[in-house]
Amino acid sequence: MKQKRRVRVMVAKPGLDGHDRGARIIARAYRDAGFEVVYTGLHQTPEEIVEAAIQEDVDMIGLSSLAGAHRYLFPAVVQLLHERGADDIVVCGGGIIPEDDIKRLKAIGVREVFTPGTPLDQIVRWVEQNVTPR
Amino acid sequence: MPLTFNDKIFDDIKKGREKWEKELEKVFAARPERLPRFSTVSDREIGQLYTPADIKAQDFMRDIGFPGEYPFTRGVQPSMYRGRLWTMRMFAGLGSASDTNKRFHLLVNQGQTGLSTAFDMPTLMGYDTDSPKARGECGKCGVAIDTIEDMEDLFEGLPIDKITTSMTINPPASVIWAMYIAMAEKRGIDRKAIGGTIQNDMLKEFIAQKTFMCPPVPSVRIITDTVEFGTKEVPRWNTISISGYHIREAGSTAVQELAFTLGDGIAYTEEAIKRGLDVDDFAPRFSFFFNSHLDFFEEIAKFRAARRMWGKIMKDRFKAKDPRSWWLRFHTQTAGCSLTAQQPYNNVVRTALQALAAVMGGTQSLHTNSLDEVLAIPTEEAATIALRTQQIIAEESGVANMIDPLGGSYFVEALTNRMEEEAFEIIEKIDNMGGMLSAIEKNYPQQEIADAAYRYQKQIDEKEKIVVGVNKYVTEEDIPVEIMEIDEELESLQIKKIHRVKNERDNRRVEACLERVGEACSGDTNVMEALIDAVKAHATLQEVCDVYRKVYGAYRDPGIY
Repeated sequence: MKQKRRVRVMVAKPGLDGHDRGARIIARAYRDAGFEVVYTGLHQTPEEIVEAAIQEDVDMIGLSSLAGAHRYLFPAVVQLLHERGADDIVVCGGGIIPEDDIKRLKAIGVREVFTPGTPLDQIVRWVEQNVTPR
Repeated sequence: MPLTFNDKIFDDIKKGREKWEKELEKVFAARPERLPRFSTVSDREIGQLYTPADIKAQDFMRDIGFPGEYPFTRGVQPSMYRGRLWTMRMFAGLGSASDTNKRFHLLVNQGQTGLSTAFDMPTLMGYDTDSPKARGECGKCGVAIDTIEDMEDLFEGLPIDKITTSMTINPPASVIWAMYIAMAEKRGIDRKAIGGTIQNDMLKEFIAQKTFMCPPVPSVRIITDTVEFGTKEVPRWNTISISGYHIREAGSTAVQELAFTLGDGIAYTEEAIKRGLDVDDFAPRFSFFFNSHLDFFEEIAKFRAARRMWGKIMKDRFKAKDPRSWWLRFHTQTAGCSLTAQQPYNNVVRTALQALAAVMGGTQSLHTNSLDEVLAIPTEEAATIALRTQQIIAEESGVANMIDPLGGSYFVEALTNRMEEEAFEIIEKIDNMGGMLSAIEKNYPQQEIADAAYRYQKQIDEKEKIVVGVNKYVTEEDIPVEIMEIDEELESLQIKKIHRVKNERDNRRVEACLERVGEACSGDTNVMEALIDAVKAHATLQEVCDVYRKVYGAYRDPGIY
C-alpha cells in the first residue's frame, strides 16, 4: 500500500521587505502541525520562489508581505507558476493586505489571504482542509 | 549599606507582610486570584506587592541619584522636561520626494520639532527604482531616493541648518548621508552646521530588521568610517542610532531588547577604538533608539535600566572620562507590532499609553504611531492625531512637570534592578561567544528572538495574553478607516527621472568617482569623501551600492525560523 506523503509547504518572502516575524512564526506552526516546511528566507524574487517551489516539489506556497508590494509580487508568482505548468501548487498569502487588494488577489488565483490577528490554528486548519499532497 | 532604612524597619516590614499575606490567603480561599499567573508582556512574573524590602540593597546616591549625574537612572540632563520638552519627531515618508516634502511641511506647521525620514524598500536595500529587484515597491513604505536630485526635492524649503533630521536607513546609510551633506553644501551650508541622525546600525539588521547588503564584517567597517568622519567633519551628527526598536518588533522580550542593543553598542565602540579613535571623541555622538511596548512599568524600568547600564559600560568597561560619553540619549517609537488591524481606533489608546511610558522613562525624542499604521502608510489626519497625542501628554497631563516621577517606586526600582541584572547576564554570554559579531554568526540573538516571538504568539492564541479586539471583545466589522493609497504611476515617473539625470550628467566623471569609492573600500582610506564626490557627480544610490556589493559580496539570509 502506498503511504500517504505529508503535505509540503513553502513559506516565502518575496521582494525587499524584511518583516519576517510572521513568516517565521507560520513556518514553525506548520512544522509543529506535522507539515514538511521549506522556508526561503528573505528577499526572494518571484522567479526564485517559483523555481524553488518546483525543485522542492511543494504542494503550497505561502507568501508573506508587509510592505505594500504584494500587488505586484503575488500575481507575479501566480503567473509564473501558470507559465511553468504548476498551477496545481496552491498559493496563499499573508501580511498587511488591504481588503480591496484581497478581493483582487483572490480573483487572479490566490486561494486565501490571512491578515494580522488570525490565530495560528486557523491557518493550519485551512491548509489541512485545502491542500493535499500532489 | 542602604541609607534609607534601618534593620528595625525591615523587621517591621517583614512582620507586616506576613500579617497581610495571611489576610490575603483568606480572601483568595473564598475567591481565587483573577489569573493563575500575573506576568508582563515579556512573560516576566510579577509579584503582588512591592515594599522597601524589595530594594533593600539599593543605595540611593549610587543607584538612583540625581538627573544629569552618573549613573543617570533618572535622566541624562539635569533639567529634563522642566527645561525643554522631548523632540516630537514623527517618522514620515511616502511616494516621491516631493510628496514627502509636503508631509514634512505639514508636520512642521503642526508644531513638530524635528524631521524623520522613512525610505522605501529599494532605497533601504540600495537599489534604484529602475532595478528589476525594485518592481512594485517604489514609494510604498517610504520615499524613493535615487540621486541627489531626490534629496534636494525632499528638503526643499526646509531650514536644514536649524532643524535636525533623522534618516532611518542602514546598509546604504553612508551614501544617503553623503547625499545629505552634499545637498547642504550645494545650498551653502557648512557640513559642521548640520545636525541629525542616520540609523546606520547594521548589527541589529542581521539580528532583527533584515535589511542587509554586505556581510557583517565589512558592514561594520563602513559604519566605523562614518563614525570617524562624523567625529572629525560633522560634529553635530549622530552617526549611529543603536537600535533596539526592531529587535523588539521582531518579537524579543524587553530584557533581550536591552541586552542586544547595548551589546551592539559595545561592538561599535570596540571597532572605533580599534580604528585608533579615543572613546571620548566619538561616544558622545552615539544615540539609541528603543521601542515603547505595551507593558507600562516594564518599559519605564527598561529605559531607566538602559541609562544606568550604558553609563557603567562606558565608564567601567571603556574607561570613558567625558560624562557626555556616559549618556545614553535615546529616541523612542511606540510599538508598531502592538497595533491591531481589528478595531483600529483602539490603536490611539495603545499608542497614548506607550508614549506615556516613554515620557516617564525620560526619552529625548518620540514618534507616536498612527492608528492606521498597521493597515497602510498613515493618512494626514491619522498622523496629526498621533502628534496631538504627544502634545496632550506634554502640555495637559502634567507628567512632564517633574523629573523621573516613578523614581523611588518600590516596584519600578526593583524591576529596574532586575532587568539590569538579567541584561548584563546576556551581555556576558555574548562576550563569552567572542562578542556580538560572532554571536550573530552563530545566530544566537536571531534564534532567541524567534523563540520569544513564537512563545508570545502561542500565548495570544491560548488567550493567556489578551489582545483587545483580536482574542477578546471581538466584533464583526468592516474597517472604518480611510486607507492611504500610493499612486501606481509613481514608479514609471521616478524611473523617467533617473534616466533624465543619467542623460544630463558627465558619465566619465561618475565612473572616475565610483572607481575612487571602490579603491577606498578595498583599501583602508575612509570612504566618505569619495562618496560625497560621487553623489555630487550624480552617481545613483545603486551605482554606489553596487560597488559595495562588488568589493564585499552580498549577504544572504540564513532563513532561521
